[in-house]
Amino acid sequence: MPELQLFEPIWLTLKLAFVSTLILMIIGIPLGWWLSQRRGWLIDTLNTLIALPLVLPPTVIGFYLLLVMSPESPLGRWLDSTFGLILPFSFTGLVIGSVFYSLPFVIQPIRNAFAALGPEPMETAATLRAAPLDAFLTVALPLARPGVLTGAVLGFAHTLGEFGVVLLIGGNIPGETRVVAIAIYDQVETLEWANAHWLSGTMLLLSFALLMLMQRLQRSHQGVV
Amino acid sequence: MLRALLLLTAFLPLQAFSAELRLAVASNFLITAEKLAYAFEQKTGHEVIISSGSTGKLYTQIRAGAPFDLFLAADAERPERLVNEGYALPESRVTYALGQLAIWSRKANFNLEPEALLQQPPKRLALANAATAPYGRAAEQAISYLGLTDLPSTQVRGENISQTYQLVYAGAAEVGFIAYSLYTARPSGTIWQIPTEAYDPIEQQMVVLKRSTNLELAYQWHEWMLSEGRTIIAAEGYALEAPNA
Repeated sequence: MPELQLFEPIWLTLKLAFVSTLILMIIGIPLGWWLSQRRGWLIDTLNTLIALPLVLPPTVIGFYLLLVMSPESPLGRWLDSTFGLILPFSFTGLVIGSVFYSLPFVIQPIRNAFAALGPEPMETAATLRAAPLDAFLTVALPLARPGVLTGAVLGFAHTLGEFGVVLLIGGNIPGETRVVAIAIYDQVETLEWANAHWLSGTMLLLSFALLMLMQRLQRSHQGVV
Repeated sequence: MLRALLLLTAFLPLQAFSAELRLAVASNFLITAEKLAYAFEQKTGHEVIISSGSTGKLYTQIRAGAPFDLFLAADAERPERLVNEGYALPESRVTYALGQLAIWSRKANFNLEPEALLQQPPKRLALANAATAPYGRAAEQAISYLGLTDLPSTQVRGENISQTYQLVYAGAAEVGFIAYSLYTARPSGTIWQIPTEAYDPIEQQMVVLKRSTNLELAYQWHEWMLSEGRTIIAAEGYALEAPNA
């Protein structure tokens, strides 16, 4: 049987993935829409910035986030003196790190789904005198639903697997920043391989289930079109 | 009802006085630190929260404001730097353990003495990266001290000492230079302790951090570790400096 303390990192990881995905959806849907509707240098630059975590080692993102959020940096000092907030080594800091890190995985499917709609559905809605927001919520968003769901699942799954960013900005604090990936590393370092197996097996099953779910979502999408 | 109230008041003082102590511990000392923490918790009723990582990473995190009370490093360099840079209290810097180097093989009854190794060299020999791990540097010193420089074995490098242990455990190397404490945690195979004059002492130092929110408790741990804690540290395969040295 796994030790009871092993459940803490699993619970924490799920909480982190859930909160991060929620924030990613709030940012991702409007941003994805905006990016799908425009062209130009600014959009290209933004797309490139958002895509960076795909190619950068997560430790690079973690290292810069640590420097920017540290109470020694101008931003960190301001946050500390104004709100008494120290972001590194806190759950909030991890959420911010995860949002950056998982952003491309959420934005890209959402943006592509909106772009694939083409202008017709919204134009049709407009000729029927739907207000833009109304048209977006009742026409564009439901049509792009498979893309949005794929983004949510990918964002959730990717946050679950996060290691490099958390390693640098998390500080491995039990119950606060010790997520499963870090806990596994700890257990291996201390030669507690049975515990490492329990945690790794849980992650494996969870990731498998999530990717399976995504495939099913994509198939149902193809069925509609 | 009255009984419940009495019970409640009995627990109140304990609640008010029990506090949390946050330790940043170098990975190689984690197993020992967990045992120390358990003994300290039993004795004082305070809670010890351990965060572990490599010494270099913990050092960077402390500089970035990590909320730790004490830092148990795997070397002397990083605690000294933290003192010089104003993150740690100078008078708290002390060597709490000396790492012991050993040669280990998973095979039972394997002759690991230098002469035997020269006669029957292992195909692959594991040691830690000398640039990042104190045990790696010590292993290189021991190799030349023991006259093993001409050993034809291919060297396999672990990033740190537990990875080096895993290289031997997984069979990637037949023989490896590991920390004696890792063997103590899980005795198996054959071990040969390298004489301490073969390498510079692997001093592991600790410091109390300025950011600590509970200096009194931090120093209580500090003192306890250097007195009662010594028995546990020694039992886990570390050597100790003479008290007050």
